[in-house]
Amino acid sequence: MTRYSAFTLFREGLRGHKGWSKAWRSPEPKPEYDAIVIGGGGHGLATAYYLAKNHKITNVAVLEKGWLGGGNTGRNTTVIRSNYFYPESAALYDFGVKLYEGLSRDLNYNIMFSQRGMIVTAHSEHDMEMAARQTNAMRLNGVDAELLDRDQVLKRIPLANTRPDCRHPIHGGVLQPRAGTGRHDAVAWGLARAADSRGVDIIQNCEVQGFITEAGRCVGVETSLGPIRAGVIGAATAGHSSVIAQMAGLQLPITSYALQAFVSEPLKPVMDTVWLAPPFGTYFSQSDKGGLVIGGGLDRVPSYGQRGNLPMQETVLAGLAEMVPALAKVKLLRHWAGIVDVTPDSSPIIGPSGLDGLYLNCGWGTGGFKSIPVGGSLLAHLMATGQHDPLSQPFDLTRFPTGRLIDEGAASGIAH
Amino acid sequence: MTLRLPTGGLIDRSKPIHFTFDGKLCQGYHGDTIASALLASGTRILGRSFKYHRPRGLWGAWVDEPNAIMNVTLDGHVFPNCLATTTYLQDGMAARAVNAWPSARFDLKGGLDLFHRWFAAGFYYKTFMWPDWHLFEPLIRRMAGLGAVSPEHLDTYTSDQTHDRCDTIVIGGGPAGLAAAEAAAQAGQNTLLVEDHADLGGSAHQLPTIEDTPTADWIAARQSAIQSAGGRILTHTTAFGIYDHGLVGLAQSGPFGTAPRLIRLRATRIILATGAIDRPLTFANNDRPGIMAVDAAAEYLARYATLPGRQIALLANTPQADTLAAQLTQAGAQVTHVDPAQSPLSARGGKHLTALQAGDRTHPADTILASGGLTPLVHLWRHAGGKLDWCDQRNAFLPGTPPGNMTATGAANGTFDTDEALEHARATGKNTPTQRPDPKHHITPHWPAPGSKGRQWIDFQHDVTLKDVELAARENYTSVEHLKRYTTLGMASDQGKTSNMPGLAAMAAIQGRPIPEIGTTTFRPPFVPVPIEMYHGAHTKQLWNPLKRLPLEPQHRAAGAALGDYGGWLRAGWYGKGSPETQAQSEARMARQTAAIFDASPLGKIEVMGPDAEAFVNFVYYNTISTLKPGRIRYGFMLTEGGAVFDDGVIARLDANRFVISCSSSHVDSVRTHLEAWRQDGNDPDRIFIHDTTQHWATLTVTGPRARAILDTLDLDTDDFPHMSLRETSWQDTPLRLARVSFTGDTSFELSIRASQAPALWSALLDAAKPLDAGPIGVEALSILRAEKGFLMIGKDTDGETMPHDLGFTDPRLKKSPPFVGDRSLHTDKANAPDRKQLVGLTVPAGAPPLPTGAHVVTDDETPRSLGYVTSSYLSPTLGRPIALALLENGTNRMGDTITAWHLGETRQATVSPPCALDPEGARLDA
Amino acid sequence: MQIFTCPFCGPRDEREFHFAAEAGKTRPDTTRQIDPETWATYLHAQRNDKGRTREVWMHLPCSELFLMERDSVTMEVFSTHPLRKEPQ
Repeated sequence: MTRYSAFTLFREGLRGHKGWSKAWRSPEPKPEYDAIVIGGGGHGLATAYYLAKNHKITNVAVLEKGWLGGGNTGRNTTVIRSNYFYPESAALYDFGVKLYEGLSRDLNYNIMFSQRGMIVTAHSEHDMEMAARQTNAMRLNGVDAELLDRDQVLKRIPLANTRPDCRHPIHGGVLQPRAGTGRHDAVAWGLARAADSRGVDIIQNCEVQGFITEAGRCVGVETSLGPIRAGVIGAATAGHSSVIAQMAGLQLPITSYALQAFVSEPLKPVMDTVWLAPPFGTYFSQSDKGGLVIGGGLDRVPSYGQRGNLPMQETVLAGLAEMVPALAKVKLLRHWAGIVDVTPDSSPIIGPSGLDGLYLNCGWGTGGFKSIPVGGSLLAHLMATGQHDPLSQPFDLTRFPTGRLIDEGAASGIAH
Repeated sequence: MTLRLPTGGLIDRSKPIHFTFDGKLCQGYHGDTIASALLASGTRILGRSFKYHRPRGLWGAWVDEPNAIMNVTLDGHVFPNCLATTTYLQDGMAARAVNAWPSARFDLKGGLDLFHRWFAAGFYYKTFMWPDWHLFEPLIRRMAGLGAVSPEHLDTYTSDQTHDRCDTIVIGGGPAGLAAAEAAAQAGQNTLLVEDHADLGGSAHQLPTIEDTPTADWIAARQSAIQSAGGRILTHTTAFGIYDHGLVGLAQSGPFGTAPRLIRLRATRIILATGAIDRPLTFANNDRPGIMAVDAAAEYLARYATLPGRQIALLANTPQADTLAAQLTQAGAQVTHVDPAQSPLSARGGKHLTALQAGDRTHPADTILASGGLTPLVHLWRHAGGKLDWCDQRNAFLPGTPPGNMTATGAANGTFDTDEALEHARATGKNTPTQRPDPKHHITPHWPAPGSKGRQWIDFQHDVTLKDVELAARENYTSVEHLKRYTTLGMASDQGKTSNMPGLAAMAAIQGRPIPEIGTTTFRPPFVPVPIEMYHGAHTKQLWNPLKRLPLEPQHRAAGAALGDYGGWLRAGWYGKGSPETQAQSEARMARQTAAIFDASPLGKIEVMGPDAEAFVNFVYYNTISTLKPGRIRYGFMLTEGGAVFDDGVIARLDANRFVISCSSSHVDSVRTHLEAWRQDGNDPDRIFIHDTTQHWATLTVTGPRARAILDTLDLDTDDFPHMSLRETSWQDTPLRLARVSFTGDTSFELSIRASQAPALWSALLDAAKPLDAGPIGVEALSILRAEKGFLMIGKDTDGETMPHDLGFTDPRLKKSPPFVGDRSLHTDKANAPDRKQLVGLTVPAGAPPLPTGAHVVTDDETPRSLGYVTSSYLSPTLGRPIALALLENGTNRMGDTITAWHLGETRQATVSPPCALDPEGARLDA
Repeated sequence: MQIFTCPFCGPRDEREFHFAAEAGKTRPDTTRQIDPETWATYLHAQRNDKGRTREVWMHLPCSELFLMERDSVTMEVFSTHPLRKEPQ
């Protein structure tokens, strides 16, 4: 693997870039590995990377049915944050942010983690009370948070709607300074390259079609390229977790929906932070290329279609136009959708699947990108040791029978 | 020197239009686009490329243009990122090339091109990691981006939305589209034809005659036939996307700067007649100003009577090129035909083209017209889920397996011969199944040749070259999606219209695989960029989320109310001119000392009726309701199946089979849905009926020690009227429901009357209150009164996990035996946990200020841990001291304990006390 | 937007509808002992089928629940039936 640096870039520039090696190999699958990771998205690739890095397990195959990073990792709005309420969530996601903070160097691949901050605005006195509760929760959980008043918000978001006829005027907000955005494809590619360089086989265009079980234990997978056996298997297949689970005879507490995202034409810099305005349901940031990256709520029709329809497009974009009227005449360039796996408490499922030898890392809903490194490292830990790390224990499937849901939506007062 | 011809075209030479480009005064005509006017005036450089800031001219004449992007100012308003080829000229426009300073011609950043060898695809992934990405990011962000946004919002430019339907929509008003629409309309189909240009005709304008008729006459005849047969035609209208269930998204453009009208069109049948665009040829310096598509040159000549140049090298082997060569020569240009098969090819000259080098021959030229063949515009086909087939003869992807109810015709279907296209289109319009004719002409492929010399552009706007594709292949970003994302080819604002085909052909050639095996990236709406504004319509400002209004709103205003948003209703927060705090305090004081009138109309009133109503409400409620007698009221909770308190409120029984559920004003719709779902799922819905009467009744609360006196004045009998009971009576011959229920802890009555009669009742109550020095109170004061009694507000003093036993309501969980919603969930590990957060009161030391709402109660460790939080906090005028409510772990076992409240790093002390701070015995209820 | 056909009101815009649940779940008899796994399965387990699905939806303007069979990949709607009567 050629090391990336300003020096090697300069040298290769002189040589017509002929000296760069492959970012990853395209190996044929072996009949057996020590470990198989199903899913070549961010979480799956991170799992393989951390198996190699943290546990020295390198005889690993990542099986990806399409092109690596082609699922939700290639479709999200790139936000990285840990502004959660419950201690379990805060610990999980903030460890994720910490991993992201060192990731470019660890991987020797610039993932462009830009910690430009994220603001969730408050639009009423009740909202401000909840914002205070949230800010305090974050700080008590050891996560950076600031409670902003209206002027402080407007200083950071000068284009925000201050018109007198605004339906939901800004009262203030909660800022997480360490939150920000990252280049989503680069996360997948950087992890793939790093895992591959440590000996992990990334097998693309290889679809898992079933599990091979012996004496009640999962010992391998049937794939479109033939059977592959392994000592331990982890599944990180966002958007297809129920499909994979069904192959193992399991039902998960997951409903899959289409989540749409949007990007505008490139503009000169107008927005330096990430902003979510809850009454409008819309959030956005501006990429380094200049496009506004916009997201909002799910299309509330269960779907595997990876596409959405006009009603949610209209809602999300109308929300943006209300948040920043000056951006209304900016043009939308592209929209797309991923498949998000939503759990009853909108918290992930990490842990044993119920079938011996198979571990799950799924159910991240709309929050998978920010948690790629932490999800991968926790699944790797489970696969390598057979035990939970304290960070992943609360997110085990057993929380549903015990009632110990970690429901961030509930934290904001909504019983559902 | 002008390239405009003295006659011809669709422009109106009697209407000259003046505009500026990069500060220079220019002139065009009505019917011109900015691009055509600039081309005619001899402007060769209209923009700069995104990365290398290379000078660029026009490649295309419509949506296929990748380079000429401008910020356009009109009437003082700046519109970013306008595509010059699709922006019709208007007088007074000031256009500026984006991403170029001071002008496209003399861009200072043009020097970046000297360093291109270090800015290859993906260079930013390989560096900028040390010391920190944040050091490099601001500069990169300033270098990136195209148009600039001005901060002002334009009130006059509003957007409009509508629905429409038709039997058949024909997308594209060129020859095939016109013929298909005519055939469909004449066959009796309700037909709509949409065309994105100002004029119908499409590529027809490039021909002098069609079917032996002068083209203008032929087009007019089609238009007339369509309209006579009842068909409709919309010009300036782009079909930008096709969505599930046959919905076509149309953007109908109006005057410049206005948002297009969004037309959501449902069509039974969709005919795609969107035409085709030229593929560029990939050769050394193929991005130079003066290199244009063959089809674009034909358009400039036909529509705008403009030559692309004077000395033209025609680098194409297509029949269209031959036709064009004759027309250009006739118009006075010098045309040299050059076979693209010769190699190597390279363009000579920098800002101005001087020659085309082909093999060892040099052809002097100021313009090169290039085409590798036509690519059908199949985007909408793919949006709808249709498949594509690769055609070796045409070297293009054609519409293959159709999505339901969609067909393609004309050039969009790979039929480039006019006669064949018309025949196929007419059959398609009539809905006669018809085969795509075989191609008349086989295109010799001229795909990029990996390893060949020189800088050869694949994506013009994003400056992606053949070497970048080779690099991507070398590094194993070989799947078509990896190629696109790694090099960014196809991700510019033209969305790969001219770059996708050369890009995947290059990758195919590098890998030695056939093109169809590489595949295409996903086509997604919108087909062209559309303003965000188009999506909002009337869903803006106050209409974003219209407030619910009270029947008594005029009365509140007359009483001096400060109206605000409370749970989605416009309600009186307080009355009078003082500050909210002062008014709330004085209103609360008045309510406790004498009496107060409160408009409680938004409170939900959902009636549940029928022979099984009693069993039903008993099932839906946590509390036992079956024992509630007619005429009585009970406070209770509805839970989710997860056991959390979903809503709280009182339920009144009117008779054996009739109940009225009073639910939170902000939860009425969700409660009704909740009730309906349980009614229909698992019960006999013919024995239970649910009716939301919230908006039919206005409810006025009279509360306080003198409440009875006020009701006496209205001749409303309050003798023998137990607390938590209800009577149906009347007032002034109007039915009135009189309930004795208290949200303040004082003697309190709720008067519910038909909404239309509410003003009269309000006036009467206020008149009766005045002599007692009593009057109206708002939501703010009521909140204080409730908090003094520990009466929770759902969603504020509860969170989404709070269960009824956390609030002190423990009996049903232990004793209620019939099933009820959420029952089993009240006995999980979590429900039984000893550290559950319970509702408590908090009392601060004497003289201390109120606790901040949102402060957390914390442990006394080095690193404090949260034990809960303050949910409500007020200065109590009744008690003369602060009061607060909180959810606290194991709170009910901590009564009397001192706790620490933490807010933004500061700490306060408080004592845990019962939630009810005032009159716990309830003596005030019976004053 | 998508069009769903309420069995009572006819074809309507998707915005008028609310997805209630997957079809086929029965509430356990809570007068008997129910172990935590059974209750959790009732509350939370989903088939979440990729492809043909059977779902219960509510048409909000008329509040009626109905059964809808559709495809969660192609979005094709196969049928809608009132909830109370099983389709023939």
